[in-house]
Amino acid sequence: MTLPRSSPGASTRGARRARVMSLPDAIAECVRDGDTVAMEGFTHLIPYSAGHEVIRQQRRGLTLIRMTPDLLYDQLIGMGCADRLVFSWGGNPGVGSLHRLRDAVENGWPRPLAIEEHSHAAMANAYDAGAAGLPCAIFRGYVGAELKRVNPNIRAVKCPFTGEELAAVPALRPDVTLIHALKADARGNVLLEGIVGVQKEAVLAARRSVVTVEEIVEDFGPRSKNAVILPSWTVTAIVVAPRGAHPSYAQGYYKRDNAFYIAWDRISRDRDTFLEWMQANIMNGGRDRNGQDGHGAHDGRDGRDDHDGRDDRDDHDGRDDQGGGARS
Amino acid sequence: MSTANPRYTAAEIMTIVAARVLRNEDVCFVGIGAPSAACNLARLTHAPDIALIYESGTIETRPDVLPLSIGDGELCDTALTTVSVPEMFRYWLQGGRVTVGFLGGAQIDRHGNLNTTVVGPYDKPKVRLPGGGGAPEIATHCHEIYIIMPQQKRTFVERLDFVTSLGHGEGGDHRARLGAKTLGPTRLITDLCVFEPDPATKVMSVVAIHPGVSREQIQANTGWPVTYAAEVALTAEPTDAEISVLRDLQHRTQLAHA
Repeated sequence: MTLPRSSPGASTRGARRARVMSLPDAIAECVRDGDTVAMEGFTHLIPYSAGHEVIRQQRRGLTLIRMTPDLLYDQLIGMGCADRLVFSWGGNPGVGSLHRLRDAVENGWPRPLAIEEHSHAAMANAYDAGAAGLPCAIFRGYVGAELKRVNPNIRAVKCPFTGEELAAVPALRPDVTLIHALKADARGNVLLEGIVGVQKEAVLAARRSVVTVEEIVEDFGPRSKNAVILPSWTVTAIVVAPRGAHPSYAQGYYKRDNAFYIAWDRISRDRDTFLEWMQANIMNGGRDRNGQDGHGAHDGRDGRDDHDGRDDRDDHDGRDDQGGGARS
Repeated sequence: MSTANPRYTAAEIMTIVAARVLRNEDVCFVGIGAPSAACNLARLTHAPDIALIYESGTIETRPDVLPLSIGDGELCDTALTTVSVPEMFRYWLQGGRVTVGFLGGAQIDRHGNLNTTVVGPYDKPKVRLPGGGGAPEIATHCHEIYIIMPQQKRTFVERLDFVTSLGHGEGGDHRARLGAKTLGPTRLITDLCVFEPDPATKVMSVVAIHPGVSREQIQANTGWPVTYAAEVALTAEPTDAEISVLRDLQHRTQLAHA
């Protein structure tokens, strides 16, 4: 049956509960070539393990959606998984450029990358509209901003009550959303806390979803009555992936590996160094015996012995450090 | 820029001057880098109750070390509350709750418009910059905008390659005609001086010069003909307390991110 476009989460109708799966199986089943894929997590809980498995399974022709592409999308883009990127801030937070993203946009390497660029406010509103089953998001934005000249998906509507001109962007409706959460319970419900970003909206806006978690517990136990909970029947697959957000972080489990973010600047700057690192740490050494993303040498110490990663911040003329309004 | 005064660096006086203009009552939308340092310096000195908001959703955060990213755990751990990103942009920013927003950029023009998107044409960029992030709406929803940028001829340009976020547009009342209801850039703080918009033309004009800096030096680092307010002040020297609190903060930060 073809569901109307106004029903997000086609696979979540009724009370079908999430299935606990291995990482390779979940990605094989839920992420297909040519899909529109969102991987969210605003600095916190970025789904690195899930994204790495997408790279290992060599998905192609993806449209990748993410507010802040971060190192994970630098890796996916550099490994040739994406044809198109929908985003709002594409830097290495506090460090500089995403070199693989830049190489794809500036030089078409390893393949041309079409971009659809928005502001954070637009992306956040567009996910919200997707979760709400609306066709578009309406907000007060892009006033005097040139993005609306280059992005045909930024349009204007007139408020029927006041006549005020407001910005409109299409709702985000991913084929599949991948997120990392803190834990799931035995019934397959998912909990996240801390900086919760836009993950709830991104899951509810998508047709399918894969949630990696630090652990599965019998019961969540005492918790805030307002913790973000995704009921089991809103999620397609749950995967146990300890440290699955590394080098980002999981509140209460491990800290953000800021040293790795700094080291990535050197690893990613050169195509060959990047490819070697990906082969050694993600492609070959990247999965342990249980199918888990192994993280290999994937910590901040790597790449820092001979170099503190900060020295070369200025050699690409200091622009990158200031990009995005010095925001990330 | 180097300064003749060994007591502090050019970057330090820029941060300290930015901290001074923040008020205890401000609700401040903070960016990473110099804005984050300035806002937390203000909080640790004359503005202990300032409400610092980072776009990751943390409200009234009081970090002990400066975050490397906009969403380090330190921000959430020390915040009064943390909200989702859609809520942050809708209720708090668009809702008009923020008094001061900090912005910077790769390029600025004389009207305080900023480019953080591309150098060169958009479709065939010479340098692809990170993009706007929160900036397009921060620029128009905060009551006023402070811009912090080290001053260089290469970045203080005659004409932007791309207008990522609106300042005073083409000057005069252009900003209001475009539909912005807020003040826009009221201060541009650099490592050499402080600019404020001329009330009529909205051209950013120098109102204060940092100690030891000459007008020639300012012009040499600006891509448009610099104008000066009728009265130009001399920036007060950073105090020992300002310098030591800032350095302690930076030192703690360095240790934390090593």
